[in-house]
Amino acid sequence: MTAATDGGYDEFLDALADGDGYFYACSNEHGLLPPRQACPHCGDRELARRELPRTGEIVTHTTVSVPTPQFDDNAPYVTAIVDFGQVRLTGIVRGVDRDDVAIEQRVTATVEPSETTDDRTITFRPAQ
Amino acid sequence: MSQVRLAGTGMTSFGSHPDRTGRDMFASAGLEALEDAGVPAADVDELFYGNFIGTLSERQGHQGPLMAEALGTTVPSRRIESACASSGLAVHDAVRAIGSGDADVVVAGGMERMTNMGTAGATDGLARAADDLYEVQSGVTFPGAYALMARAYFDEYGGTHEDLAHIAVKNHDNALVNDHAHLQQEITVAEALEAPEIAAPFGLYDACPISDGAAALVLMSPTYAAEHDLEAGVAISGAGHGGDTMALHDRPTLSRTPATREAAKVAYDEASIDPNDVAIAEVHDCFTIAEVFALEALGMYRDGEAIGAARRGETRRDGELPVNLSGGLKAKGHPVGATGAAQVAAVATLLDGSHPRAEAVADDATIGVAQNAGGTVASATVHVLEVIDE
Repeated sequence: MTAATDGGYDEFLDALADGDGYFYACSNEHGLLPPRQACPHCGDRELARRELPRTGEIVTHTTVSVPTPQFDDNAPYVTAIVDFGQVRLTGIVRGVDRDDVAIEQRVTATVEPSETTDDRTITFRPAQ
Repeated sequence: MSQVRLAGTGMTSFGSHPDRTGRDMFASAGLEALEDAGVPAADVDELFYGNFIGTLSERQGHQGPLMAEALGTTVPSRRIESACASSGLAVHDAVRAIGSGDADVVVAGGMERMTNMGTAGATDGLARAADDLYEVQSGVTFPGAYALMARAYFDEYGGTHEDLAHIAVKNHDNALVNDHAHLQQEITVAEALEAPEIAAPFGLYDACPISDGAAALVLMSPTYAAEHDLEAGVAISGAGHGGDTMALHDRPTLSRTPATREAAKVAYDEASIDPNDVAIAEVHDCFTIAEVFALEALGMYRDGEAIGAARRGETRRDGELPVNLSGGLKAKGHPVGATGAAQVAAVATLLDGSHPRAEAVADDATIGVAQNAGGTVASATVHVLEVIDE
């Protein structure tokens, strides 16, 4: 993990943890997460910072029963992709029984430590 | 149409080979392919070698020259890493090397050794095919990534775990006579549905096994084949390569795989064929849903319609379009770096009648397709193989 790779991402996680989540949009309005220097969809390099909406909607999810070693103590856990309008995030769903996780469910995004390694993980919790 | 000829194939059995190193396995596959082609190592111009995690599993980088040595040559070589599409890309690049006139005889293949890593180590290794920052750090495993796509597909088009189970049952059944297959074990739909869950909606039988193995092909120009009076009755008439974003969340849809679609378009155009001309297909069924994605992206089914193909019998060996007669990754096994080359070898031997499942191929069949995918189809290759009439 080099600062060159993770610098922008760490700053993004810090902001998300503080409730000030953001994303980037290129001139063609493709939504992206840091770190990016160019849009993979159109090559545009004019990336503007935008505020991440407070809640998003689960697009798809899975319960992982066989984890990688970094998530050994978490399994089984739910991983989901959540749509925040212009941008999507991938993270772990907490605060809801895994059988009750559903597509279109509204959640908020934050950052919490993994139960195994203490590494920071994007975490979704049910929207109040 | 490209006239690159496929003159020889070789592979180890796929499975658990704790007593064999990578160089040993690739030597067996490569030397067998050279013998099958009737080509001496001295005539090989280049080696294109696919491998994914050899640096982790065998603590060995720079495997290209090592594998060339194992075949009895020191010709220029390169290791091509594109996750599970590593040797599909090796074949693709080899076809281009011959097609451009840069080479006359090329060995293309791949090897992976994974069982020595254990389940946790291999799961960790395979997860490296996903985006580390956006996905692996969010708990995404490789089965988990495909499970995310499967649920999105079900949500958009419908489909059930039972539809997927029929794919597993079909591919296990096809592998029963393939002695190179990792799993020669009949399963039922009920067994597939009751298997322990790995990443919902997938159970154990929705996933390919963790395998060791190697596969190799000898490709040559028509000029070399003619000059040396070699039997090379199958041509690779089209080769395509497509790409996509690494992270699933950056894609506009999770229910389709545009990289395969792109690769298929290039390969079909090059071969001057369309999907209706294809008699058999070997597709990248690392998970049962992946076979569905492949068949739709290859244009053999409309979007949302391949999910029931195995259940309806259409893709079984007595169906209209037999798919994965080798057993697929699902039952033949998936030594990642060897898979793409092994698929091409399977199509070639099915077409020339030397594969144990060749009786399922229609007598007048002349065209087959191999589709190989990397990661969650951030890379894909499609090769069109044709029996040539001379």
